[in-house]
Amino acid sequence: MKAVWATVIAASLGCYALKLAGVSLPASVLNHPRVQRIAGLLPVAMLTALVVTDLFDANGRYTADWRTVAGVGAGAIALRLGRSLVIVFLIAIVTTAALRAVF
Amino acid sequence: MSTTTTPFARPGDQHSEPEAFEERPAITRAALGIGLYAGVFGVTFGAVAVASGLRLIQAGLLSLVMFTGASQFALVGILGAGGSPLAALSAALLLGLRNAFYGVPVTQILRPRGLRRLWTAHFVIDESTAMAVTQRTPRAGRFAFWATGLILFMLWNLGTVAGALIGRGIDTSALGLDAAAPAIFLALLWPQLSRDRGPTVALGAAAVALGLVTIAPAGVPIIAAATVAVAAGLIPARPREQRGRADAERDRPAGLGAAQR
Repeated sequence: MKAVWATVIAASLGCYALKLAGVSLPASVLNHPRVQRIAGLLPVAMLTALVVTDLFDANGRYTADWRTVAGVGAGAIALRLGRSLVIVFLIAIVTTAALRAVF
Repeated sequence: MSTTTTPFARPGDQHSEPEAFEERPAITRAALGIGLYAGVFGVTFGAVAVASGLRLIQAGLLSLVMFTGASQFALVGILGAGGSPLAALSAALLLGLRNAFYGVPVTQILRPRGLRRLWTAHFVIDESTAMAVTQRTPRAGRFAFWATGLILFMLWNLGTVAGALIGRGIDTSALGLDAAAPAIFLALLWPQLSRDRGPTVALGAAAVALGLVTIAPAGVPIIAAATVAVAAGLIPARPREQRGRADAERDRPAGLGAAQR
């Protein structure tokens, strides 16, 4: 329990510190092309990793609840069709919940 | 949209500005719309957080102090999956790093000085930055930043508390909420895939993360995937004549695409 508190506090302060650094550091530090390229690609890598582990990793084993995968898949189709974030989100959870209720 | 070199001339400074201006109602409407979805996601975050084993006060603290959605979802997800505190912390910070880069355009528009930096910094997120940088004048940009930041902050936090309260009494998987986090991550990822090297990095990251599932402790596959972004970013840009458009795209702060929809 203490570890959770420590994580919550450290991560919260750390994320704030990153924002503060952004408005405090000289622009020249953050405008370096290589630094910018890495910073731009970081969310791509991490969000992808979060999606695949959320879907296919359960306690260190490969597993997938097909209803969750189908729900997120339906969300992906909505994204492809250019729907907004809320619609994508609602389609994903409603699809998953409906499949789970039926099967 | 160049966000790197936009030295706005500001003859009047903020003290002599008239209250009303043309874009104000439209900006307010857009900010309310963004706030509404933030409220919905806030409820989800609160529910997912307590389902992952956090207490209401911890979920609330994350929304109040961390106040950056992707990092919050990643943190509770990794903790909920039994990941180590260090893995959860690293993932939150790596995802929060993009906010530092939003500081550059935000500072050019808002010019916060002294202690105002402390206050302004807290509201530098995807949505407030996107709204600020897409306005035509610095004055509208400042209004858009604060309208979006403050409305979103309020509704995100109210939503978090509501979600955490509701989440205690419900079966989150019956409501399909286990699909919520991956769907949100996917929606945030989607516009980023058009970035130079985006698809390659996504494929590489997926391979690294999945490859480590059975070997590494929970959360570590996500941190390890970050190395793919670092490696891809270190490779020098393409030859000079092919650059230009790709450059402008690349220099855009991460994550802005998702906020504007």
